[in-house]
Amino acid sequence: MRYVDEYRDPALARSLSAEIRSLVTPGEVVRVMEVCGGHTHAIYRHGLEELLPDELELVHGPGCPVCVIPMGRVDDAIAIAETEGVTLATFGDMLRVPGGRGSLLEAKARGADVRMVYSPLDALALAAQEPDRHVCFFAIGFETTAPATAVTLLRAGQDETPNFSVFCNHVLIEPPLRAILETPGLRVDAFVGPGHVSSVIGTDAYRFIPEEYGRPVVVSAFEPVDLLQSIAMLLRQRVEGRCEVENQYTRVVRRDGNERAVAAIAETMEPREDFEWRGLGVLPASALQVREPFAAFDAERLFALPGARIEDPKACRCGEVLTGQIKPWECGVFGTACTPERPLGTCMVSSEGACAAYFSYGRLRRPREEAPVGA
Amino acid sequence: MLRDELVNLSHGAGGKATRDLVEALFLEELGNEALAPLGDSAVVAPADGRLALTTDCYVVRPLVFPGGDIGELAVNGTLNDLAVAGARPLWLTAGFVLEEGLPIELLRSVVRSMAAAAERAGVPVAAGDTKVVERGKADGLYVTTAGVGVLDHDLQLVPGSVRPGDRVLLSGTLADHGMAVMIARGDLHLEGDVESDTAPLHELTAALLGLGEALRWMRDPTRGGLATALNELAAQASLAVRLEESALPVRPPVHAACEILGIDPLYVANEGKLVAVVAADSAVDALAILRAHPLGADAVEIGVIEPEPEGMVLLDTSLGGSRIVDLLVGDPLPRIC
Repeated sequence: MRYVDEYRDPALARSLSAEIRSLVTPGEVVRVMEVCGGHTHAIYRHGLEELLPDELELVHGPGCPVCVIPMGRVDDAIAIAETEGVTLATFGDMLRVPGGRGSLLEAKARGADVRMVYSPLDALALAAQEPDRHVCFFAIGFETTAPATAVTLLRAGQDETPNFSVFCNHVLIEPPLRAILETPGLRVDAFVGPGHVSSVIGTDAYRFIPEEYGRPVVVSAFEPVDLLQSIAMLLRQRVEGRCEVENQYTRVVRRDGNERAVAAIAETMEPREDFEWRGLGVLPASALQVREPFAAFDAERLFALPGARIEDPKACRCGEVLTGQIKPWECGVFGTACTPERPLGTCMVSSEGACAAYFSYGRLRRPREEAPVGA
Repeated sequence: MLRDELVNLSHGAGGKATRDLVEALFLEELGNEALAPLGDSAVVAPADGRLALTTDCYVVRPLVFPGGDIGELAVNGTLNDLAVAGARPLWLTAGFVLEEGLPIELLRSVVRSMAAAAERAGVPVAAGDTKVVERGKADGLYVTTAGVGVLDHDLQLVPGSVRPGDRVLLSGTLADHGMAVMIARGDLHLEGDVESDTAPLHELTAALLGLGEALRWMRDPTRGGLATALNELAAQASLAVRLEESALPVRPPVHAACEILGIDPLYVANEGKLVAVVAADSAVDALAILRAHPLGADAVEIGVIEPEPEGMVLLDTSLGGSRIVDLLVGDPLPRIC
């Protein structure tokens, strides 16, 4: 398959693997965080860790948009879905995410009208098809998916669609990165920067990481050869004494991003005072809300939402996993009380979450006593 | 006479309309000696050997998709469940749940392709039943088929017969059926030249039975795909299955659709593929047998049985890494069969 196979070329992967080995110092561990859940998934799906030397340790970051949604917001979405005459539309990944009162899938089984869509524009089309119902789109995601929601809000405004709203849960990539970088005892030396987010916000958005925190960043695409090349680029920076933002994903990502997408977000949404992140707690100005001119499409203004803050279960150590302080299997409930079927914590929720990816794809790699084998 | 254009509730009421539907549609399309008396049971001759019994429900949406329809699927699926048990299919039965408002011509075309599939396999639909439910209470048409087959041999084709070192063979490409149905549904806004692989496997399985005890176990990897079938084998046999990613055949348009949707073809349903475990020294012969049949022309060896880790399926990736192929959580592709 063109445009995919060339980025999965085994010979190229082997030569990059050899280059990575040549760039590490025996016995000196370099910890690289891949910020994006898509990267985590690709690393496990292709078994990339086996191509890396022991000195290169991967830390799986917070960039799984499904995982970071707090349970209280899922309960709010369920409350919307259970409102008479309302259809809640969302991405398939969101259906299984547990809130305090179960998941949207369970709410659907109880009779709520929950539908899976592939784009917010599909939800808007649903509103046009079913004028007697109110269609609310449960919007999630980083700057990657926010432009699609923004365009949908703009179109709903143009069309004056009376029966459509957005429950906005879009989040921003910089605040959680800062939260991680501010963590006492941080164990991350370099960052593989997110690819899709960067196609919107550009690579300059990460300059604060080398400039303020002294860690290099390479924005990476998602195929295995891309990831290996990005890791090699990070190591080369260290060897050459550089610390800067580099772009491996040049086929898509520009330094200044996509100005039209950023403008669409800015026109329809604005940062909210603060937002609760699963695993990371409440972070100021870390998420977006619908702007006043689009209030008619803002589910938070249209519906009375419970708005409860539900703490993560005490046994859950997702926060420490997300900041690289422990590996997934070092958490006491990993693979026992917390599994992909019954996730306790955020990292087990989606296949892009660090714990779920490790549970599904990688749990053999560690000694048996460390990595419980799931049911 | 059947003058109605749409199925209505009287077609399920047991009266004249029901009789018209049965005689002018089901009997006309499916007619055979066993079905013709329309008794409460079909009475058939005894078979000499162990019997295999199976039943399966079909709720696929849409009812007609590239490469087949629900009728053909319902016949082939049940034939295949008998075939992979090592049985020679003898009889089928069919139950229909019809939604009020279903076009009679659509029902006829489904029953006609069912009849064609049954005839191709030489296995009559010997008994049947029809019910009609109100509009909105079903999605057009659901079919349940059951099958009876006979085992003409004494082989134990069970997970317990599988041994470390045995080879895993696959009769052809992965994920064609599931992706064809997903694309046909239209809500992905994808187009692609992808057809369902629905096909009867009993000739392939019968040919493999010639291997004798070197043939250990067979499955048709339908819902949940190859990954699910092999996980069940690994768990039941308390052995490991190690797959070679580069050996797994996937057609380019299917591969492309899977990549776009983020779906792993290992978990996508097949409806005309056979996975078989054979003794290592019979693998070459078994592949030759499979490849001699049109349905097995693309047959390949995809992996090996290992003693450990018990109950797990592992995949050596094309890049030289490896990973676990776990059981699927949730269902990314609902209602594909």
